[in-house]
Amino acid sequence: MEFAELIKTPRVDGVVLRRPFMPTVEGTLCLTGHHLILSSRQDNTEELWLLHANIDSTEKRFVGSLGTIIVKCKDLRVIQLDIPGMEECLNIASSIEALSTLDSVSLMYPFFYRPLFEVIEDGWQSFVPEESFKDLESMTDEWRLSEVNKDFSVCPSYPSLLTVPRDIDDESLCKAASFRHGGRFPVLSYYHKKNGMVIMRAAQPLTGTNGRRCKEDEKLINATLCAGKRGYIIDTRTIAVAQQAKARGGGFEQEANYPQWRRIHKAIERSNVLQDSLIKLVEACNDQSHSMDRWLSKLEASNWQSNVKEILTTACLAAQCIDREGASVLVHGTEGTDSTLQVTSLAQIILDPACRTIRGFEVLIEREWLQAGHPFQQRCAQSAYSNGKLRSEAPVFLLFLDCVWQILRQFPCSFQFNENLLIMLFEHAYASQFGTFLGNCVAERGKLQLSQKTVSLWSWVNRPQELERFLNPLYEPNNLVIWPSVAPQSLLLWEGVFLRWNRSTKCLDEAYQEMVHIIEYNKELQNKVNSLRRQLAQLETEDKMVADLK
Amino acid sequence: MEHIRTPKVEQVKLLDRFSNKSVIGTLHLTATHLIFVESNSTSAQEIWILHHHIASMEKLSLTTSGCPLLIQCRNFRLVHFVIPRERDCHDIYSSLLRLLRPVSYDELYAFSYNPKQNDQQREEGWQLIDLAAEFERMGVPCDQWQLTDVNREYKVCETYPRDLYVPITASKPIIVGSSKFRSKGRFPVLTYFYQEKKAAVCRCSQPLSGFSARCLEDEHMLQAISKANHNSRYIYVMDTRPKLNALANRAAGKGYENEDNYSNIRFQFVGIENIHVMRGSLQKLLEVVGTRSLSMTDYLVGLENSGWLRHIKAIMDAAIFLAKAVTVEGASVLVHCSDGWDRTAQVCALGSLLMDPYYRTIKGFMVLIEKDWISFGHKFADRCDQLDPDQKEVSPIFTQFLECVWQLTEQFPQAFEFSEWFLIQIHEHVHSCQFGNFLGNSQRQREVLQLKERTYSLWAHLLSEKQNYMNPVYSPSFAESHPVLEPSTQACHFKFWRNMYHQYDRSMHPRQSILKQVLTFKESNRELEGTVQALKTKLQKFGVSTSPLKPQTPPRDRSLPPRPQSLILGAPLLSRKEVQQEEDEEVFGEEAREDAPASTDGERTVEGSSATENGYGELTGSFGSKNEPAVVTLEFGVARMTC
Repeated sequence: MEFAELIKTPRVDGVVLRRPFMPTVEGTLCLTGHHLILSSRQDNTEELWLLHANIDSTEKRFVGSLGTIIVKCKDLRVIQLDIPGMEECLNIASSIEALSTLDSVSLMYPFFYRPLFEVIEDGWQSFVPEESFKDLESMTDEWRLSEVNKDFSVCPSYPSLLTVPRDIDDESLCKAASFRHGGRFPVLSYYHKKNGMVIMRAAQPLTGTNGRRCKEDEKLINATLCAGKRGYIIDTRTIAVAQQAKARGGGFEQEANYPQWRRIHKAIERSNVLQDSLIKLVEACNDQSHSMDRWLSKLEASNWQSNVKEILTTACLAAQCIDREGASVLVHGTEGTDSTLQVTSLAQIILDPACRTIRGFEVLIEREWLQAGHPFQQRCAQSAYSNGKLRSEAPVFLLFLDCVWQILRQFPCSFQFNENLLIMLFEHAYASQFGTFLGNCVAERGKLQLSQKTVSLWSWVNRPQELERFLNPLYEPNNLVIWPSVAPQSLLLWEGVFLRWNRSTKCLDEAYQEMVHIIEYNKELQNKVNSLRRQLAQLETEDKMVADLK
Repeated sequence: MEHIRTPKVEQVKLLDRFSNKSVIGTLHLTATHLIFVESNSTSAQEIWILHHHIASMEKLSLTTSGCPLLIQCRNFRLVHFVIPRERDCHDIYSSLLRLLRPVSYDELYAFSYNPKQNDQQREEGWQLIDLAAEFERMGVPCDQWQLTDVNREYKVCETYPRDLYVPITASKPIIVGSSKFRSKGRFPVLTYFYQEKKAAVCRCSQPLSGFSARCLEDEHMLQAISKANHNSRYIYVMDTRPKLNALANRAAGKGYENEDNYSNIRFQFVGIENIHVMRGSLQKLLEVVGTRSLSMTDYLVGLENSGWLRHIKAIMDAAIFLAKAVTVEGASVLVHCSDGWDRTAQVCALGSLLMDPYYRTIKGFMVLIEKDWISFGHKFADRCDQLDPDQKEVSPIFTQFLECVWQLTEQFPQAFEFSEWFLIQIHEHVHSCQFGNFLGNSQRQREVLQLKERTYSLWAHLLSEKQNYMNPVYSPSFAESHPVLEPSTQACHFKFWRNMYHQYDRSMHPRQSILKQVLTFKESNRELEGTVQALKTKLQKFGVSTSPLKPQTPPRDRSLPPRPQSLILGAPLLSRKEVQQEEDEEVFGEEAREDAPASTDGERTVEGSSATENGYGELTGSFGSKNEPAVVTLEFGVARMTC
C-alpha cells in the first residue's frame, strides 16, 4: 500500500492534545493512511479522528526534546500536539505534511471509505436532471432538455443534460457555446412559477476588442422573453473589469446587439481576492489581543462582510427583477462558475420556498453548484491557513453558505434546516469521507467513477437519524418571497463558523436545546389534549346513549 | 396647554429614515405627546412620541413639498416630517420647544400620569423594592458590618441614601473624617456583600489627596474595611478612571490613594473614560448607523472610530476584575471614580450581577438598579436630560450599563430571567419621566419632590406585564452551575446592539423573531397544561358523578396583558381616542400592527411590498417608452440598481 512509505512513524505514546475550551487529552497518536488518531485508551474520553485531508497547514516548534506540532484545519480549528522526542515529532510532522497534500484524487479517503450505515437511498441517484425537468414540464412547455453536451464536448464544465428554450435547436446551442467563455452558453437556472419569469446563467460572451457578435446567442436569450418584454443581464463584475476582459477575448453584451436587455453591473470580487479575504478574516478571529479597535479594523480590512453584503445585494436584485419587475434575468461573470452561481442560487432561496426545505436545498446545491460545474476540488483545496503557493483556491461556496445563514438569521422560521446543515456542508466541501464534492464538474466525476467507488454525502445526510440534527424546530412553511435586509447593521459575523473554535459553545448549545425542548413539549401537550378530548367525547356519547336508552 | 399653538396639522408627510418611502398623515400635538396618524384608513399607523423622549429638533430649509422637521428621540427613534406650510411647522416647532423643556419638576409627565390606581396600589408599587431587605438577603448587618445612622438627616453626604452600611469598627468620627476627605462627602460604604467569602464591595468617591494630603480617618476607614474580611490581608482599591485623568485631578486637590499611606491596599487603575467621552462616543455611533445606504466598510470603520464597543468592553473588563477579586481571591474591593456615581455605579452593579444570580432575575435586577443607581445617587436627572439641563452633564452612562447586561445575555442565554426587551423597556422609561423612580438626582431630592406620594413606580408597572419580558429559555438551575458568570472578553464577542439603537427602524430587523416564537410556545405550553388538567378532572368526574352541571373549562383564549412597545413583541393597538381620553401611555401602533401575531411575517418585505413604494412603477414606465434616459437610478428596497 502506497501510504505505508509515507508514514515514517505510525505510533507515538505520551502525546498531549491541546485544544482551546476543551480538556487536554494525553494518549497515543496513530497515523493511518487517511487519519490522524489520538486516543487516551480510556473509556469515556473523546478520541480525536482527524482526516489528513482536513489539515490545511502545520507548524513545528521545539522546546528541548519536546516537540510541538500545531495543526491548522480547513474547518478553521487549530489544535496542538505535544510529542515527546524530537525525531518522533519530525517524523510525524513530515508524514502529516505528505499525507495531507496528496495530489492524486484517487488516493483520497472517499475511495477507501466504507459506510458503517446501511445506504437506504443512494444519494448519487437522488437528483437527476430528468426529475427536475418533469416539474418544469408540468408548468410550461417553453423549455426542452437538450443532449447536445452528451459527451461534454460542447461545454466541458456543464452536465450532459441542459434545459434550454424549446425553439432553439442543438446546432444553435453549439454556436452560442462557441461565443461564451468555456462553452458555457445560457441555460435555464430557475423558473418562477408565479409569473413565468426565468433566471438563466452563462459565462461571459467572447466579444473581444472588436465587438464580435453571435446571432444564435442573441436568439437564444431572446427566446426566453415574451413578446414586447425585456429582461435584465446581471454582470457580476464592475463595468471596468468587464471592459478589461475584452482585451483577453471576453467582454459583455453590447446594447446594440441585445436591445431587449438592460445590463446591470455589480461588484462581486474575483476568487483570488475572496481567498485573501478569508485568510484575513480568520486571522482576525484568531487574534487573541482583546483590543476592540484592533478587532474591528481587522474585521473591516478583511472585507469579508463587504463581500457578503455585495453578493446578497446582487442576489436580491436578481430576485427583484424576477418577482417585482416581472422580467427575466441572465446572470454571468467571467467563467460563470463562481459569482454567477452564488447569485442564481441565493436568488432562488429568496424566491422559492422549496429551496428552504432540506430536500430542496440539497437539490439546489446539486443543481446550481455540483452539476453547474463549480470547481469544488480547485476552490476547496486549501482553506484559511493556506500559505503562499495558492492556485485557484477560493471560499466561493463558503460565502454562499454565509449568505444563506444571513437569510436564515433574518427568517429563522422559514427554513426547514438549521445552521448545522450549513456548517456541515462547509466541512464536507473541504474534507470529507464522501465523494460528493470531489472533482470539478460532472465530466470529471464521471471519469473518477465516483458514483460507483464512493459514497454520496446525501446518502448519509438523508438518513432519518442524521436529518434530525439538521431540522429547524421553528420551521413553519412560508410560501412567500423573503426579502432580507442588507444593511450592514443587519449582517452579522457567522460565529458558528468563524468563532466556532474560539469560544465555549456550551451555554449556547444548552440554550438551543432548551428551545427545542419547549417546542417538543408543546407538540406533546397538543397530542395529549387531543387524545383526552377524544376520550371525553367518546365517554359523552356513550353516556348519552345510555341516557337515551333509559 | 397654553403652549400649544397648533394642536393639529393635516397633510403631513412622514419620511422613512432609510428608504424613499413616505406616508401622509395628520400630526396632533397634545400636552404630553406628539402623535402622527397615517391618513390611509386601512393600515393607519400611529406614532406616539412623548415630549420627554425628544432629544433634539431641527427645522431644515424649506423644500417644494414643505418644511422638513427632524426629530431625534432619546430612545433612538428618528422621525422626519415634512409639513406643508412653513407657518404650521414653525408653530409646532416652537410649541414643542417649550413643551420639551420643562422648567420645573412639576411639569414632568410623571406628575400628571394616572394609571387609574388607588393610593393603596400606588403605595404597594413603591413598597415592591425594599433595600433593607436586600442587605439582609446578602447577610448584612452581621458581625462585621452594621447599619449606621450617620446620614439619617443627609448631613454627612447629601447624595447618599439615609441608610448606609459600614464596618463595625468604623466609628462615627472616622466616618465623618473620611467623608470630609472624599469628593462630595461620598465616603466608603458597603454596596454588596459576598457572603461565601465575607468579602465586601464598597464604593466611594475620589480622595481629596492632591499631591500630598492625607487623612488618618480615611486611612482608618479603609483599614476597617480590610479588617472586616478575614479571608484576605489586603483590599483592592479600584480607581475606574484612566490614570491620566486621576493624575490631572490631583492638581485640583483631588486624586487617588497613595499606596504608601494606606496599609494593605492594592491599587489599580481601570481606565473607563469620563462622561464627556462617552457622550461623544454615542453621538458618533448614532451618526454612523444613521447614515443612509451605509457601506460595510463605513459601518465597521465608524463603529471602531466611535469607540463605543471599546468603552463597553472597558466597563465589562472592570466588572470582571471586581468579580474575580471578590469571588476567587476573597478580597474586599473599594471602587471609586471621581464622584463615584457614574463609572463606580456601572462597575459595582455589573460586578454584583456577575457574582450574584439573584440580580439576573427580574425582581433582582430591579433591586440592583434601585440600589446601585437610584439610591446611591446616579444623577439621572442630569445624565438623562430631564429638566432644563446642562448639556455637558448628559451622558449615556446608564445605557452603557444596560448594554453590558445585554452583552452578557448574548453569551449566557439561560442565565437571565428577562429578555432584552426588559432592558429596552427600562431604557425607554428612564427617559420617559412617566414614572417617579428615575426623577431627580438623589434620594434626598426625591423625598423633597414627594415622588412616592405624587407619582407611580415603574417596577410595579413592569411586573404587571412581566410575562412580556420573560426569557423563555431561562433556567433557574443555570445559577447553580454558574453562580459566577465568567464572560469572554475577547473583542469579537462584543456585538452591536441593533435592537436598542435601531429599535424603531423596522427594516433593520429579522423579519421573524425567535424570541417571540419561543415565548408563544411557552405561553401555549402553560395553557395546554391547564387544559390537560381540566380535561383530566372532567374525565375523572365523568366516571363518578352524572351531575347535569358541566364543569367549567378553563378559558382557552385567555387575553394576555399588553405587549411591550417593541418591534419584536409588538403592542396591542388601542384606538387613538381611547388613549387620548386616558392620556394613558404611549402606544406605538406602527409596530403593533406590523407584528400582530396573525400577520404573516414573510409578507413584511424589505421595504414594503408594493411596487409603488419602491419606485418600480418608474422602471416599468421607462421600459415601455422609447425615450430612455441614459442612466436610470432606482432605489430598490435592498439594492441600488444602476442601468
